[in-house]
Amino acid sequence: MGNVRRPCTVRAMSDPVQAPHPGRTATRRPLVVLEGVQKHFGALHVLKSIDLTIAEGEVVVVIGPSGSGKSTLCRAINRLETIDGGRITIDGEELPAEGKDLARLRADVGMVFQSFNLFAHKTVRQNVTLGPVKVRGTSAAEAGRRADELLQRVGVASQASKYPAQLSGGQQQRVAIARALAMDPRVMLFDEPTSALDPEMINEVLDVMTGLARSGMTMVVVTHEMGFARRAADRVVFMAEGEVLEDAVPEKFFTDPEHPRAKDFLSKILTH
Amino acid sequence: MQVIVDNLDAFGRGAWGTIVLFFWSTLGSLVLGTLLAVFRVSPSPALRAVGTIYVNLFRNTPLTLIMVFCVLCLPILQITFTEDSGRQYRAYAVLALVAYTSSFVCEAIRSGINTVPVGQAEAARAIGLPFTKVLSLVVLPQAFRAVVPPLGSILNALLKNTSVASAANNFELISAMRGLVEQNGNAVIAVLIGTTVTYVVLALLLFAGVEVLERALDRDRKGARA
Repeated sequence: MGNVRRPCTVRAMSDPVQAPHPGRTATRRPLVVLEGVQKHFGALHVLKSIDLTIAEGEVVVVIGPSGSGKSTLCRAINRLETIDGGRITIDGEELPAEGKDLARLRADVGMVFQSFNLFAHKTVRQNVTLGPVKVRGTSAAEAGRRADELLQRVGVASQASKYPAQLSGGQQQRVAIARALAMDPRVMLFDEPTSALDPEMINEVLDVMTGLARSGMTMVVVTHEMGFARRAADRVVFMAEGEVLEDAVPEKFFTDPEHPRAKDFLSKILTH
Repeated sequence: MQVIVDNLDAFGRGAWGTIVLFFWSTLGSLVLGTLLAVFRVSPSPALRAVGTIYVNLFRNTPLTLIMVFCVLCLPILQITFTEDSGRQYRAYAVLALVAYTSSFVCEAIRSGINTVPVGQAEAARAIGLPFTKVLSLVVLPQAFRAVVPPLGSILNALLKNTSVASAANNFELISAMRGLVEQNGNAVIAVLIGTTVTYVVLALLLFAGVEVLERALDRDRKGARA
């Protein structure tokens, strides 16, 4: 492939690293940088000149009301949505328009979807090994071993030979996380990973994500889970009507938000 | 009915001719049809145009016309495949059947591709698979399951369409029937019944094959049904 691959820096999830570390981001190297990003859906202006920098190892939670553009923002980072203006760079490299270069870059960006999107015709283990074998050229044996390790880590090792439809939503989403991790991504994107889950399955997924955050993975998480934001985020980004209105450490955001729209949003969701 | 019993070998040779034409045409149309479907969903406008033009041209042209073109015009254009004249005519007939049938196969597979949720392709792209692998590893395997029943209908039509090849110097069931009718002017009805029964048996065998395939492809989807 030519490009030098970083060894996997994700440590064991039991590492007693305490997150978040407010202020640590200033010293870190910027990994994902959005500059003046614009996106329209027809007449609808969904992203209005978004500027956002995510540093290596940082966990950024994006929250906001429905239709605020937060999912679109997340999907734009690996170009599942094209943008109309501005620039997105990952580790200094601008997102290629199409083709092989884009595919190579996407391989380094893990994505977890709201609706899991596990490959329906493949077993759990095949879901996890497909990328390493077909994209990275890893041997089947090596990819299988790594898949078992990852499935163990997200707690679904016993389901490895089942098909996705035979698993619960929470299990499917944990497999989806393992599938993304199998590519040794430099950054992980989570697009409302718990929104399609039954309430009792949300925590099993959030626990995996919290462990991942503590292990030092760079993460962009679009979610409505305020508990997760408080617990695992380094920064909370609040979006409404296609704009970033607030960008603060969780403590500051939840106790003393500045923008009236953020105050309004928090008053509505934190009271129930 | 004695005429059928007396001429079982002629029916057999005719049926064999039909089966051979059907086999190669099926193989060719599945390959070409899949390729055309890939063209029609590809990100390249040029490839999409090629697919669209092909489908609209061949789906809307009578098979007889395509067959006549292959048999009469290809030799004029010096397009030949073999020295042996029998094989040559069979190749022309298969070519015509493939050209025609693949346009229907293409559309069936394209509709199958549309039944695969967008998220499947997005997830495949997100792990870094290039377009061709997104299709071949994730989308097409799932699309094929959805199109087994309509493909069965298309292949059923193909089985009967092989009869057009009798007009292109191919020996198959209809040619066999014509020969028998000429020799047995007093037993035309029996010959036609014999031919009909042979076609029906072949079609039922095809149907059984499709059923088996459908069930095999469905096996790992059982969980989804539960």
